[in-house]
Amino acid sequence: MKLFTISEIKKSFFIALWFMFLTFPIMVIRVNTVENEIKWRWENMLFIGLGSFFLSIIWRYTIEKKEAGEKKSETGKSAEISFFQQVVETPRFYVPATIVTGIFALVFPFIFSIYQTNIMITTLIYVMIALGLNIVVGLAGLLDLGYVAFYAVGAYSYALLNHHYGIGFWTALPIGAATAFTFGILLGFPVLRLRGDYLAIVTLGFGEIIRLVLENWNEFSFGPSGIDKISRPGLFGIELSLHGNIIYTYYLMIGLTLFTIFVVNRLKDSRIGRAWIALREDETACQAMGIDNTKTKLTAFALGATWAGIGGVVFAAKTTFINPASFTIWESIIILCIVVLGGMGSILGVILGAFILILLPEYLRAFSEFRMLIFGAALVIMMVFRPGGVISEVRKTYKFKK
Amino acid sequence: MDWEYFLELFLGGITRGSIYALIALGYTMVYGIIELINFAHGEIYMIGAFTALIIATVLTMAGFNQVAIVVIASGAAVLYSCAYGFTIEKLAYKPLRNAPRLSALISAIGMSLFLQNYVLLAQTSDFLPFPSLIPDFEFWEPYAHIISSQELVIIITTAIVMILLTFLIKFSKIGKAMRATAQDMNMAMLLGVDVNLVISATFIIGSATAAIGGVLIASHMGQINFYIGFIVGIKAFVAAVLGGIGSIPGAVLGGLVLGWTESFFAGYVSSDYEDVFAFIFLVFILVFRPSGILGRSVSRKV
Repeated sequence: MKLFTISEIKKSFFIALWFMFLTFPIMVIRVNTVENEIKWRWENMLFIGLGSFFLSIIWRYTIEKKEAGEKKSETGKSAEISFFQQVVETPRFYVPATIVTGIFALVFPFIFSIYQTNIMITTLIYVMIALGLNIVVGLAGLLDLGYVAFYAVGAYSYALLNHHYGIGFWTALPIGAATAFTFGILLGFPVLRLRGDYLAIVTLGFGEIIRLVLENWNEFSFGPSGIDKISRPGLFGIELSLHGNIIYTYYLMIGLTLFTIFVVNRLKDSRIGRAWIALREDETACQAMGIDNTKTKLTAFALGATWAGIGGVVFAAKTTFINPASFTIWESIIILCIVVLGGMGSILGVILGAFILILLPEYLRAFSEFRMLIFGAALVIMMVFRPGGVISEVRKTYKFKK
Repeated sequence: MDWEYFLELFLGGITRGSIYALIALGYTMVYGIIELINFAHGEIYMIGAFTALIIATVLTMAGFNQVAIVVIASGAAVLYSCAYGFTIEKLAYKPLRNAPRLSALISAIGMSLFLQNYVLLAQTSDFLPFPSLIPDFEFWEPYAHIISSQELVIIITTAIVMILLTFLIKFSKIGKAMRATAQDMNMAMLLGVDVNLVISATFIIGSATAAIGGVLIASHMGQINFYIGFIVGIKAFVAAVLGGIGSIPGAVLGGLVLGWTESFFAGYVSSDYEDVFAFIFLVFILVFRPSGILGRSVSRKV
């Protein structure tokens, strides 16, 4: 495609005009209804015009290129594999990559500041719960928009047990996981008959119900003011400084994340994991092959919830303060974005997705007020150009050996 | 039983429900055709309300009379919302038409975040007082304690929009094309329906009803900010699902049922748990009718 033909420039010119019209009231006029003042900001119009002119050229060029690439791969002439996919599949690449990442992860808290380590702990919590949601959405294909409810259940079960009975982190971890598991089954039952988006909306409803109850039931959950002074994780009764404790939590999270990756990886290839994938591909066919749909869905729900519960306990222990505001529907949406953006069903994809989505807004703080704007735009652009996620799952294929 | 109080709650429920229904229409129409939960739909409603506020303030300062202000501001809100709906579809959804469904959903979520922050940055994060565009009618004075003239206007406008929309879908050429596309997009394409045009038209019509809803609710509530779209968007989506997503009468019924549920529960039990009850009711209905009140349950042939 030639970039600068007359017709292309004309097209971009009209697109620029369209965007100038579109953004006119909101970008140019700013009203102050209290003092009855109007501010006209004509200079913004110029920026929008110029910006959309050049962006539209780039946008159409990249879309065209992507479509040409799709056509090529359809005809089978060149199976273009992305850079990431190559890294994942060739041992020559992934063995050293794993070792480097491993060493980096181990020395991380000693190279970087406490602030960075804290961010990394948060990212690892998200990796863990996103891997849990990956079971529900990526493997079993059930769209869950209320996943944060289980995260809240885990966090609140530790916070309440700690507040009332002084129960420590290590005892609360299995309790939190078990509570979330139970909730997963309880909430799973009524939604078994639902398909697709009805399921999504019911899970969204459950998420909101749990958050609203936590917010309003003051006697039980202390309402919007939340619970503070939650104990940090303990280490065989040794008193740790704040600094030491953060580093300890970091290693704890590394351990838990590795455990999660191990379990999810094993689950994926197990009988139940293959049943999930079958369920995702075709519910009816799956049933016809003799798989118990009810049981399969329930296990997906409950096991996904368990990881959220564990994540919740760690989250409560890490921040030492929780309130219902941490468990809004946006949280569910972010976790879902991690799974889809990373690549549904692919473990490495989900891990990368968590790093991108949690670290991106964190390091965009330099652009402070623009960061959520950029974040939103990044989601759209990523999806338009890589709809399958950063690393799309590669289905296992078996080959006969001669 | 206090009948007057009951009537008040009943009519309050209708008012709320009509707003939900107006916005739910956009969800349900888009879903019916491309099976996408258009998360950015709530933001379109928010942009409609903002446009109306901005234009109305400018016109008030310029000294226009009340009727002209209402007409021009609402017209601008509808025009701009339609323009935004059209552009969003072209930018964020059209390239993803053959992609996995969840990818389009994430794209919609990204768009929703983008638009919220765009308005936040270009305007303000504070609540802006919204001028009451609908005056109190004098002839309605005796009944105003049961239902205010504003609420009356909301109900009547919604009813008119619904009737017009039904005619549009049932009898116009584009309406026929829309129904055909909703049934089977490939077949419609083979029969010469311009599917791109139909999808654009769906987004435009949905955005127009959302803008009308936006202006009505903003002048009823008296204040707006950049976040109003999200909450109402979720509620409207719940209404659409409750009625059976993809069905237009379903969206109206779902909106009304949700409005009544909230209104009665807040009136008789507790306003703290109003939303909890609305969601529990939703779960309850979906457990017994898994595809919504008016949704047809699809039995698949294998």
